[in-house]
Amino acid sequence: MKVKIPTQLRQLTDGNSELAVESATDLRDLLGQIGASHPDLQERLLDENGEIRRFVNIYVGEEDVRFLDGLETKVPDGTLISILPAVAGG
Amino acid sequence: MSRSAYRSPAIGRRFFYLGVTVAKIEQLQCRECGRSYESAPIYVCDFCFAPLEPVFDYDDIASRISRESIKEGPASIWRYSELLPAPSDRRVDIGAGLTPLLKADRLAAELGISSLYIKNDTANPTHSFKDRVVSVALTVAREMGFDTVSCASTGNLANAVAAHAAKARLRSFVFIPANLEQGMVITTAIYGGNLVAVEGNYDHVNKLCSETAQKGEWGFVNVNLRPFYSEGSKTLAFEVAEQLGWRSPDHVVVPVASGSLLTKFRKGLQEYHKVGILDDAPHTKVHAAQAVGCNPVVAAIKGGTDVIRPVKPDTIAKSLAIGNPADGYYAAAAVSETGGTGEDVTDEEIVSGIRLLASTEGIFAETAGGVTIAALKKMAEAGVFAESETVVALITGMGLKTAEALTGRVGPNFHISGNLDKFEEEMRLLSA
Repeated sequence: MKVKIPTQLRQLTDGNSELAVESATDLRDLLGQIGASHPDLQERLLDENGEIRRFVNIYVGEEDVRFLDGLETKVPDGTLISILPAVAGG
Repeated sequence: MSRSAYRSPAIGRRFFYLGVTVAKIEQLQCRECGRSYESAPIYVCDFCFAPLEPVFDYDDIASRISRESIKEGPASIWRYSELLPAPSDRRVDIGAGLTPLLKADRLAAELGISSLYIKNDTANPTHSFKDRVVSVALTVAREMGFDTVSCASTGNLANAVAAHAAKARLRSFVFIPANLEQGMVITTAIYGGNLVAVEGNYDHVNKLCSETAQKGEWGFVNVNLRPFYSEGSKTLAFEVAEQLGWRSPDHVVVPVASGSLLTKFRKGLQEYHKVGILDDAPHTKVHAAQAVGCNPVVAAIKGGTDVIRPVKPDTIAKSLAIGNPADGYYAAAAVSETGGTGEDVTDEEIVSGIRLLASTEGIFAETAGGVTIAALKKMAEAGVFAESETVVALITGMGLKTAEALTGRVGPNFHISGNLDKFEEEMRLLSA
């Protein structure tokens, strides 16, 4: 599956706008896999308690995971994961 | 430019391509971690994703601004240009601002409030407060060299972007939820830009715009231009204080969607004091008004938490229907820090609020105004406003845009043939 990386974080992914992950049990597992290869990236997404940071939105498909099961949200193979800054709109 | 300012690598390339700078603001600063960035079409901190804000030199502004210089300025938001992040001499201006602040004695008597004012922002060019923020944003967009401007909107912003873009000869793409009121759709489409109706609610529209904005090719007023755009809301506070005789009100009731207006109203009062326009530090209690069907900020206020839990909106107040508000955290904090309150109101109460304002003060507000008045009523009933305190309620958009909300609820009292005898008979029945 693909994880879309926002402009603001691409300096941590060698400029890549997408990362590929073969499979993951849930979002926490997926972020853990990304974090293994990009530890700074994970730190930007999760706070000291391991929760999604206040100003970060993560979407599984088109849905904000805060409406799903948060980090326990399932990520079926082939799903598109999007990371976006939360401060937009209004 | 400050050498200490961080230059976002990705955005920096885009900025070089545009080949311009925003003359007035040199730096943006992260509201959370304080990191500085060169002024550019960027909106969040690369490190913590918190919002960026323009950096003003208040000492320098204080040396130039005065009550007299403001009064001698244009009869629009641009009289406050010293505290706006855009150059006044190259402004995109169709006359936003300097709307009436009306003493609302009839409504005050109805609600048991001793001193009540209505800030009537329906009097703006496209009939909502969004003209203020868009006038600033499109001035910046043009300075930055964008030829296309865009936004995600619940309606009022759509109107304002389309109208200002037409005036500025900028191409526009305005994104709205497909189920928006016809009044909002028509009053956007008439200006001739591109109007994109998106299946889904506002939060879906906003996600799409956030993704599109990542390309950096268009100036999204409420995404990559947001640090500049949102500052325009401060002018509501500047005007209210000026119209009250250079003083801040004791209370202000603000309708909340993203939470930006509420936080910037407070910031405006603070800045006015910082640069010497207000003698005393503002003491204004800031109160939040939302619909029960979309109340993430008021729920946080009532729950005594700073965690904003997103909701799926279900309310007739579509212009406030942002389930995941960008500035919700800051709005709740501003309410708490000023000693304010939050109230949420049902759709029935919203309609009653619209009717109450219209029938007492002659002002026809859209559903957001109904939210404000209904919340104001609840606050008055709860004893929030003390005797002799001054209360200001912000009416941010006009009623014709959301007329559907009143369909079947208001209409003719009498239906007669065009005959004098019939009419006089009806009048006799009425007085019987």
